[in-house]
Amino acid sequence: MDNKRRKILKFAAVSAALGFTGLPIEGLASYFPKIGKYVRSDKEKKAKQWAMVIDTRKFKTKEDFKRVIEACNSIHNVPEDIPNKKQEIKWIWEDEFEHVFPDQENPFLAERYKDQEVLSLCNHCQHPPCVRVCPTQATFKRSDGIVMMDFHRCIGCRYCMAACPYGSRSFNFRDPAPYVKHKNPDFPTRMRGVVEKCLFCYERLADGKMPACVEASNGAMIFGDLMDPNSEVRKVLRENYTIVRKPELGTEPCVFYII
Amino acid sequence: MYDKGKIIPGLIIFFFLLTFPFWYSLGQASYESPKPKLPVNEKKCIEDVNWMRANHMELLNKWRDMVVRHDMTHYVNTAGKDYEISLEKTCMKCHTSRKEFCEKCHVKVSVSPYCWDCHVAPEEVRDGQ
Repeated sequence: MDNKRRKILKFAAVSAALGFTGLPIEGLASYFPKIGKYVRSDKEKKAKQWAMVIDTRKFKTKEDFKRVIEACNSIHNVPEDIPNKKQEIKWIWEDEFEHVFPDQENPFLAERYKDQEVLSLCNHCQHPPCVRVCPTQATFKRSDGIVMMDFHRCIGCRYCMAACPYGSRSFNFRDPAPYVKHKNPDFPTRMRGVVEKCLFCYERLADGKMPACVEASNGAMIFGDLMDPNSEVRKVLRENYTIVRKPELGTEPCVFYII
Repeated sequence: MYDKGKIIPGLIIFFFLLTFPFWYSLGQASYESPKPKLPVNEKKCIEDVNWMRANHMELLNKWRDMVVRHDMTHYVNTAGKDYEISLEKTCMKCHTSRKEFCEKCHVKVSVSPYCWDCHVAPEEVRDGQ
């Protein structure tokens, strides 16, 4: 009796010891969870709140606008020339002065502004109404102030489009693929039923690059950290009179215009 | 036995149905594991190959959340090697074909992830679409 019990205990001890060493069984390693580390890019540009100043005086010809808009569209696979105007997708676009600044209405506005087209894009508000209404948190504010979109999560309810006072958001009423001229494989396209907008080139900032429109603007657009008093945007804001879109709504836009 | 006339045929039908999958597949070609085309130039995947085979979808999910929602653009694997988190720029650099790699298994086991609804497959670039 005793002998038998001893044997069993010995056997158990040896197999337990073998088990702990985890030795011979092939492929065992593949069952352990693999937990790598997630890190930020070391080239990344950092800020507390990204902001942009658009110098409308420097946008004179159609070409000036086109160059900037093309730079954005081609990088972000933005569909162009959708026949139905109501279904257009816009990340950055030109519009009339009185449309961009309806609260600046003045029947005796200087002539220059009457014909002036103005660039318009997502304002990356400090208090973004689109973020408040999104039921799935598909749109959210990043720690660097960018109002970001997670296309994976967007259910296409379009609450954000109703909430945005600037019309900065577009809905894919149809599959955008046929209207994307040259697909950039490094950036995803979108599918039908998803809302999209300007994302301040978060993917380029992570690579240490300036947003595409800023790069293409030849100095007519200035980009930087609004919370850093020594940044270039703050310098430009100090030296120039600037306006923002619909300030009375309290969204605190981060795109400023030199008029 | 009462109701012998009902119970015995009932049992026969029951066992017939129970064993149906076994003898139905008799004589048919046996299941073959799909053979996705493996990269030529790279021997090591981001993590252990067997683990990737079983868990790539979870890793990709985590990658997506990390890069889109938490600004973490790089992944340092358990061996300490650094990778940029990107389906197109990292995964598909080695696995150069959606058809020859991803879909080989996905079609066979009939799962249809929606990655390529938006992400641009390497084929699309090659064909100049």
